[in-house]
Amino acid sequence: MPAPRIGCGSSAALLGALCLSAGSAIAGPPQLPLEQAADGIFVHRGAIATTGPDNGGDIANIGFIVGSRCVAVIDSGGTRTIGAALLAALRQRTDKPVCYVIHTHVHPDHGFGDAAFTDPGTVFVAHAEFPVALAARRDGYRRALDRLLGEQAAGSGIAVPTVLVDGEQQLDLGDRPLRLRAWPTAHTHQDLTVFDQRTRTLWTGDLLFVDHVPVVDGKAIGWLTAIDALLAIKADHLIPGHGPVPRDPASAFAAQRRYLQVLVSECRRAVQQGQTLTGAIDTVGLGEHDHWQLFDDYHRRNVTAVYTEVEWEN
Amino acid sequence: MRHPVTGLAAPAWRLSVMIAAALLPTATAIAEPAPLASEVSIWSKVRSGLFGGRTIDENAGGIVQLDAPSRAEDAATVPIAIRTQLAQTPARYIRKLYLLVDNNPSPIAAVFELYPESGRADIETRIRVEQYTEVRAVAELNDGTLHMAHRYIKASGGCSAPAGKDPNEALRSAGRMRFRVDGPIQAGQPAAAQLAISHPNASGLVLDQLTRLYQPAYYVRRVEVRYAGRPVLDADVDFSISENPNFRFHFVPEGDGELQAEVIDTRDQRFASKLAVRLQDAADDAAR
Repeated sequence: MPAPRIGCGSSAALLGALCLSAGSAIAGPPQLPLEQAADGIFVHRGAIATTGPDNGGDIANIGFIVGSRCVAVIDSGGTRTIGAALLAALRQRTDKPVCYVIHTHVHPDHGFGDAAFTDPGTVFVAHAEFPVALAARRDGYRRALDRLLGEQAAGSGIAVPTVLVDGEQQLDLGDRPLRLRAWPTAHTHQDLTVFDQRTRTLWTGDLLFVDHVPVVDGKAIGWLTAIDALLAIKADHLIPGHGPVPRDPASAFAAQRRYLQVLVSECRRAVQQGQTLTGAIDTVGLGEHDHWQLFDDYHRRNVTAVYTEVEWEN
Repeated sequence: MRHPVTGLAAPAWRLSVMIAAALLPTATAIAEPAPLASEVSIWSKVRSGLFGGRTIDENAGGIVQLDAPSRAEDAATVPIAIRTQLAQTPARYIRKLYLLVDNNPSPIAAVFELYPESGRADIETRIRVEQYTEVRAVAELNDGTLHMAHRYIKASGGCSAPAGKDPNEALRSAGRMRFRVDGPIQAGQPAAAQLAISHPNASGLVLDQLTRLYQPAYYVRRVEVRYAGRPVLDADVDFSISENPNFRFHFVPEGDGELQAEVIDTRDQRFASKLAVRLQDAADDAAR
């Protein structure tokens, strides 16, 4: 595919913050542990945590897939430093160029590392809804990142993608076709999955959370529908957006599905019974507490999202 | 065009919004919580603009209380309950409730007008919170006295946050409305009602990174509710109210009737909804 060149020279395609600080010095990137999920597929597991100084924003699963011609990075991490560390780890394994940085969705823990990928041949790829979502959220994400990480976030930025996926699209890394699929609103309204046909590995982004409580920034009902379609792919390997790579792909979605079903059914009941949003936030889904990490950080927000989703049903 | 709340002509209130934004702690990058000094200064400006030099009773627990989470989980959807401790009677009633969010770009979130026919002046809604802020409920009685309750809320990013979880659908479904009345309805007793309005209620504060233009504001600015032809709730509202504005309120039915709502947005689109209400006694009679 013809690749529009992206770099700080073509400022219209990039966020200001990214270019302004491209020249600033950073310390050498830290070692980034990688695990090989399948042949030529490498994953770095972020901490199951919220962004903070102790983890430096390294809280999302990120990685890359190596083809015979070039490499696709899938999510660039939460800061420029993490993106640079990913690139350094990649360079220890291959000297092939990074032809694509593929975004699974717009969330900042997955994308602020774009700033480290300055090769003008690198093309940024995302869901067709991604640019609008980025425009709406970018300033708020930037402020939050600065507030949470301060200097650790220096130079970070999310690139505006130029290859947009609406429905399905295939990319080839050289003898390595990847099938990209843009999903209707689920975890977010710009979820994109990457399926490596050679190893039947499905990179789910945040359509799959393992151990980390799922976060609803889209529609729980749409997400449940997506889970059925994701299971139908019958992938041999799954790479979740957060948490460990599951050993058994067939059962990997079960806990997340149960959590979302509990949210939907209990929120529906709350709405039917005339319970207020405040009342629902205090009562819905508390039985799930012990099954998840970060429950106290995200669950009440999830209830808010699902309650306001289901109150417009019918 | 006049500002729905202050009555100022458009250039003036646009300017006042800009000034308010300029007064905010850089409106952007300052570490939270916001400095107290700026809150005091915004509140004093809002206060003198709305109430002049009138005394405000700040120990208002007997008249008005404000329930809100101290830490909001979702800054774009912060549930707020204004609870009043006063039966609405023609002799003594709350005629206005002001809902104020000091550190929002437009601090006057809503001004509710209430009537003896409202029965109770309690209001529940959901607001956006742009940064850590005091939220205030000021009740104005028919005798002209003012009573205030306030709470500090930790939340940030609600106004300039994305329009919602699914912005395309929000635009498609703008103007859908849903009325709901819960519980047995009895003559002369305040009944609880809920009005839900499907609307993006967009703040206009979101910068389109590609065009470098701010998206135009597009929000519900006026809500009018009647029961059996008599007003029970009127409200001038703003984009500090969350997407899909939602209001819980009360009304006193004296007999069977129709609850009617008319809503006007900033494009001067009018949306209407109605719900037939039957009293419990009448329903029981019919069943016999």
